[in-house]
This record gives sequence, C-alpha cells and structure tokens, in this order.
Amino acid sequence: MKQTYDVLIVGSGVVGSAIAREFSRYKLKIGVLEKELDVCCETSGRNSGVLHAGFTYKTGSLRAQCAVEGNAEFEKVSEELDVPFKRTGKLVIGFTDKDMESLLKYKALGEANGVKGLEIIDKKRLQELDSSAGGEFAMLAPSSGILNPFTYTVALAENAKQNGVNFYFNNEVIDIKRENGIYKVKTVKDTYETRWVVNSAGLNSVVISNMLGIDGYTLGGFKGEYFLLDKKAGKHISMPVYPAPDEKGGFATHATPTVDGNVLIGPSSEFIEDFEDYGVTQPVLDDLIKDGMKMFKPFKKEDIIRSFSGIRPKLIVKGTRQTLDFVIERRNEVPNVINLVGIESPGLTGALPIARRTVALFKEKEELIPNEKFNPRRKGILNFSEQSNEVKKELIEKDSNYGEIICRCECITKGEILEAVHNCLGVETVTGIKNRTRVTMGRCQGGYCETRITEIINEEKNKNKEDVMYSRVGSYMFEGKVRD
Amino acid sequence: MTVIKKDVVIIGGGSAGLAAAVQLRKKGISDIVILEREKQLGGILRQCIHDGFGLARFKEALSGPEYSQRFIDEVEKLGIETITDATVIDITSEKKVIAASKSGLLEYEAKAVVLTMGCRERTRGAISIPGTRPSGVYNAGVAQAYINLHNTMVGKEVIILGSGDIGMIMARRMTLEGAKVKAVFEIQPYPSGLPRNIEQCLNDYNIPLYLSHTITKIKGHSRLEGITVSKVDENFRPIPGTEKDYACDTLILSVGLIPENELSLSAGVELDNRTKGAIVDENYQTNVEGIFAAGNVLQVHDLVDFVSIEAEALSESVADYVNKGKLSECCINITTDSNINHTIPQKISGAKDFKLSMRVRKPFKNCEIHVIQNDEVIKTVKLKKAIPAEMIQIKLEGAKFKSPDDIKVVVR
Repeated sequence: MKQTYDVLIVGSGVVGSAIAREFSRYKLKIGVLEKELDVCCETSGRNSGVLHAGFTYKTGSLRAQCAVEGNAEFEKVSEELDVPFKRTGKLVIGFTDKDMESLLKYKALGEANGVKGLEIIDKKRLQELDSSAGGEFAMLAPSSGILNPFTYTVALAENAKQNGVNFYFNNEVIDIKRENGIYKVKTVKDTYETRWVVNSAGLNSVVISNMLGIDGYTLGGFKGEYFLLDKKAGKHISMPVYPAPDEKGGFATHATPTVDGNVLIGPSSEFIEDFEDYGVTQPVLDDLIKDGMKMFKPFKKEDIIRSFSGIRPKLIVKGTRQTLDFVIERRNEVPNVINLVGIESPGLTGALPIARRTVALFKEKEELIPNEKFNPRRKGILNFSEQSNEVKKELIEKDSNYGEIICRCECITKGEILEAVHNCLGVETVTGIKNRTRVTMGRCQGGYCETRITEIINEEKNKNKEDVMYSRVGSYMFEGKVRD
Repeated sequence: MTVIKKDVVIIGGGSAGLAAAVQLRKKGISDIVILEREKQLGGILRQCIHDGFGLARFKEALSGPEYSQRFIDEVEKLGIETITDATVIDITSEKKVIAASKSGLLEYEAKAVVLTMGCRERTRGAISIPGTRPSGVYNAGVAQAYINLHNTMVGKEVIILGSGDIGMIMARRMTLEGAKVKAVFEIQPYPSGLPRNIEQCLNDYNIPLYLSHTITKIKGHSRLEGITVSKVDENFRPIPGTEKDYACDTLILSVGLIPENELSLSAGVELDNRTKGAIVDENYQTNVEGIFAAGNVLQVHDLVDFVSIEAEALSESVADYVNKGKLSECCINITTDSNINHTIPQKISGAKDFKLSMRVRKPFKNCEIHVIQNDEVIKTVKLKKAIPAEMIQIKLEGAKFKSPDDIKVVVR
C-alpha cells in the first residue's frame, strides 16, 4: 500500500529545500520531488552567493520583505546548519554624477525597506575598505554578506531529511491529477499521492503551475554568465563590489569574493527562451573581462579557472517584459496547492522567509501540530585544510583516511570525501561530491583527483563504471571497462 | 610533533625526483628522503604505457613504467628512503616541510629542499571554451589515467583539441581500443607536439590534424553531443562563416601544461611569468636559498631524458650546497629577444660552466642562436630547424662571460 503524503514539494532548489525544512517542524508526511540527481542544480547553485541587504526592491514587496528578514537572521541560520557565512558588507561603486544619483536613490529605498547602516563613502574610505575596487565613491551596505549556495541548500535539505522528509531524485513531474481529494503526481519514475502540493519548481514553476490548473503566468529567463577566479585572486578582495544600479534597479557585472576564497566575476544579463541553455558565449565572456576589470582592478586572465552561467526565472508581463514581484499564493478554486512563481534573486537570501510564508498559507487551512522531535541543527563535513596542525594530527590518528589527500589543490582528504559519498540524501554524482567538499574546484579542475573520486564512488556504492554520473540525469562518464 | 631533520627533502617521486635522489646519493649525500603523494613511485610515467622514452639517454625505446623502473631500482639498491602516500601540504622559506600521510602528519626540517612536483594540464576552464558543461570532456592526461591505470573507457566518438604530445598519444591509444577519433584541432599554425608523434600517432591511423582551428562551442545538456569548430585568424580569433559541426561523445583536451608550483609559492619562491616555474640560477637554486627546482616543475620539457639529466645537474649543486652551506652568487641575468620564449637558468655567476635550455616562440628554418654579452657574440649555434615543440640546449663556458652585464640570447 502506497503512502499518501501530506505535502509534496516539487523542486529542491534552495527554496524547495527550505520549505521542506520548515514543514518538518510539524507532524506531517513530507516528500520532495526533484528532476535532477541532487539538490541545487539550477538557479540556486548558479549565482553570486550573496546574502542581499534589500536596498533595490520596491518597499513592501515580497522581495524586499524576504531579503531584509532573511538577511537579519543569517548568523543564527548559519550556526544552526553549520554552513560557512561571512557578513562582509558590500560596496556599490560609482564613477559619474548619474551614478551618485542612483546610489542616493537606492540608499533612500533601502532605508524605507528597513536596511540598516547604508552610507555613502568617498574614494579614500572605499580604498581602505577594499583596495581592489574600482570607483570614485561608493555606497557601503554593511549588512550584505557571502555564503556558499551549494552547502546552504544541501544543509537545508539534509536537515529536512534528518527531520523525516523523503527526497526523490530523478523524478521529473510530468502530470498532476486530483481524485477524491488526493493529488496523483506522476513523474518519469513513479506516481506519488499527496493531499497538498507545493510548487517551488523555479525555472519550471510555470509548467507545474499550469499542470495544477493555475494559468496565466509568463516567465522570462535571464541568463547570467560568470568567471570563477583562482584563490590567488581572492587575496585582493574583501567584499562584493557592485556597480551603481541602472534605472530598473538591475546590477551589471560585479566582483564577489566567495566564502571559500575565490572570486566571481559576473553575471552578464541576457533574455533567453531556452531554460536549459547554460552555454557560455564568447562575446559575453569578452565583455565580462572588460567590465570585470572596472570592478576588480587586479583581474588577470590567467587566474580564470572556470566559466559558468545561471538562469533567473523572472515573472514578467508578456510583451513588455516588465518584472513582477514573487508570487507565493494559495487559491480557493485550486485547493491544497501552494504556488510559488517567479522566485529568483533574492531567493537565496529569502529562502527561509519564503518557506515560512508558504507554511503560513497551509496553516490558514489546516492546523499544524508541532513535531517535538524536530532538531534545527545539522552538522556539516569537517574541513581538514582549515584545521591547525595539532587537530590535523588528531584527525589522522582517529581515522587514517584523513591522512590521504585526494584533492591536492583544495587539500581535501579521503575522510571528507567518504563523508560526502555517504551523505544522508543518497546523492552519488561527481558534482554532488564536489559541491559538498570542494574536490575538483581548484585550479587543476579534477586533473589529479577525478579518477580517484570516481573510484571511491564505484567502491563505496558498488557501482558499475557506466553508472557513474557526472552531474545531470544522463551525464554518464564512462563507456565501461577497457577490457573485461 | 616530532621534527625530522634531513639533509635533503625531495618533493615528488617522478622522473626528476628519482634521478635527483640517485645522483645525490652517488655524490655522498645519504640523509635524504623522497616524499611521494601516490601509492607508487614513478610519477606521470606510470600511465605512459607507450614506448619511446630513453632514446637520448639509454639509446633504447622504453615504455614509461620501464623508464621509471630503472631509477626506482637504483633508488632501492642505494637504500634511499622513500615515503609514498604522503602529500606535502606546506613548505616554508625556512625549509620546513609538512606532509599528510595515513600514519600521521610528518614534519621535516631540511638543509635543502628539492622541488620536483612536475606539472599539471591546462583545463577547459582556463582557456574558456564557450558552450555547455556536459560530461565527456576530459583532459588528455585524465583520459590516459582512466584507460591505462583504471581500465575505464571514457568514450567512443572522439574529438581532440590541441596537438600536444599527450593528445596525439591519446588519439592513437583510443583508436587502438576501438574508439573513432575524428580529428585533432590545433589553434596555432604549427603543431605543438613532436614531429614523431604526428607521424606515429596521427598519420599512421589516418587521423586528420587541422591547424589554425579551434573549438568555438561545446554542446550537450547531460553528456557531450557535439562541438563546433572554426578557423582562426592570425590573432587566434575565430573567423565567422568557417564554423563546422562535429558529433562526438568525447572531447579530449591537450592544450598545454603548467608547472605545479603552489607549494613553491607557499615557500616564497619567485616564479617566471613565461615558464610558470621558478626563476633559477645555474645551480637550479631558486630565490629562496636552499630551495632548488628541476624537471617539469621548473619548465615543461619535451623529453623525459632532459628531465632526469636536469635533475642530476641539480644534484651536483645541492650536494655542494649541503657540504659548503653556500653557493656562488649569480648576478648575471640572461635575457632574450622576442623569438625566444624563455631560458633556464635565468641567471648565472660566470664562475661555472652550464647548460642553457630554451624554447623558440615560432618555427625557424636554417637559423642561428647567438649568445651575446656587451655586443660580443660569445657563442653561435647553427640549427637546420627550431620549433616550439622541441627544447634547445646549449653548453656554455662560464668563464667566457667576463662582465657582470646581462647576457642576451637571440635567434638570427
């Protein structure tokens, strides 16, 4: 007999994972359906990794509320979920009188939104705060910060899992029907039954919304391409450096340190039709170099170790492409559905506030009984390279796998990789291990360690070579053995 | 932590490290240790199962494992201490070396440190090839490791970017294992690997090599589905209208090697922007006294024989350094014209004979290499051809350089 879920969540980006965690505070049977082989495969993992302050969004909008609320609580969140986070502050730099006008406008908007500490600073102070930054003056937003979107999403999902949520990967939803008050959610693998459906499908949120019978939304895909720079470049930068926003409040290419010590240059912004087209393009990459130098003066081409792109699903007015606010809705005519459409930036900052609003909509219809066993705390994978020599020694004594360095560039040990391979979500892709440990993320991009990682996956998971996946469904790495 | 004192700590047990150790021992320096991160000694040669190694040195065509075994046997015979499965994680300018191993964290204090860490491959990310990021894109050395060491076949329909030696060797290797290698594309107007590999790895198997071509798009959402190539102009910019599509499930990249010097940097070693290896003097000593470098960590070599010979030359100086505690000052800088990419060493004392290694930037026919000081040509070497793929070496007498002024090396 198949179990019927109380809540099925479609999509395990940062928002879907946060919703799963927030629902797991209550006595409910919860499942998450994900089309890929891991959490955080699309927009959630393809962005600047910035905790936004909330000074560019219209006062009173969901964007503004969720950003300001999510920003304020992040020390607590990062401590509970054991994810790295730095409240670095942010510099929004300007060169011209027009830029100054823009900064003053957004300073006022930020203050109206409740953003604290915004300050216009001169060039001298700007250079003191970050000598790598271009610009003649700047607005300092002290509450902005940086986080790793992968480890944050993984942490939310793992914490949800530890509190009883089931995750189903490789389960793209292809049909949803409601019979006798129960939704039958058909995926490429199986059919799942549930009383409630939450649509947090990101780039596919309109597809799912239509399946649920809520029509009329249009998503515009805005692709942004990035360069990732070596940690060598990371030594120069102390906080995100953004250019003054344009009239629509959009930011062009910026420079952002990552919590792990690299630098991101990007994103560009381009309207696209194909939501799966993550290709980077030569003209855009050329522009990134040019624009990136204005933000990050020590930018050197030889420090580039990777390029990638992300696509932001913006809810737009068809035709004019005017961007609309997030939708988090429950409609009486479509019972037991919570529909989230057009969630993009600041979705990473606002994931938990968005999740709480989702749960509140559920609560309007049904009583929620607290799950006394709920534990908000989750432990991450210990980072060997950040420990003192004394601790390193103790770790190796306790478990000799910590004495085996697998990834030389990032100094990641077999001990850490084994922990990642046996993650509680059951993810076993190479990219999944990478996002949990940083293996292959260094300058050699897996040249030394990839063969070792695939071998560990093979051994630990008892897999055939042809079943090892790189990242997405169908991304097989090998044809099989050379010889039997 | 107990600190272990050593005369010499050698980092890396590949061709350079092994040859250096043997020569040091022969010079009477016995308090030495080789630290190797892999389970076995031998370095990259372990996966180079093709032959052709040792032609210059042993007048024999050895396979990679056979070549390294000759040195491993000598290391064992001489009783040189080697620690495998030990990854060095830090070197300081005071010549402290810390390595992680399964039996614990090892800390050494050395009189001299020998850097022989080899090199790594340039990646897709570093050259920013446009397109998506599917599986099926491999660096040539990674594909070689999968096939030769891990019994793992990486694909069936193959395109190779870059005519580096490993790329061409993998073209032949994959063909022999039943894959279809459709073409090799090279952005330069000349091949970047050795002529013999073009003959034996491409021509013998009818694999076409297209010069002045590069990949302008990688396609595929999950696994690689195909690529687009374009002709490039003299500035390496793709020429619009020359695009051609190829279906393939595997892309092998052989787009250059970079000396692996992250540990050197942690010790304060200064690098040469042209070689990406250390700046060294005629003793192979870096700017940090007592830290020496040779082999592919110093400059990317074409032949392993030159690696082991360079490491042996390094050992002569290291032995001197350990015995005397100081080597002669090297204040004469070596500069080049724009036809030469770099030289090793970059500076000399004038008190010692030395071998000058260099690579040209573009192919030359019937050229002369002149070594000049104060407008006086000290040495001339006539060459029928000079190509970037082949390293050029010239023996020079130190005593000929009488003034402390810069030496200039030019192609005429």
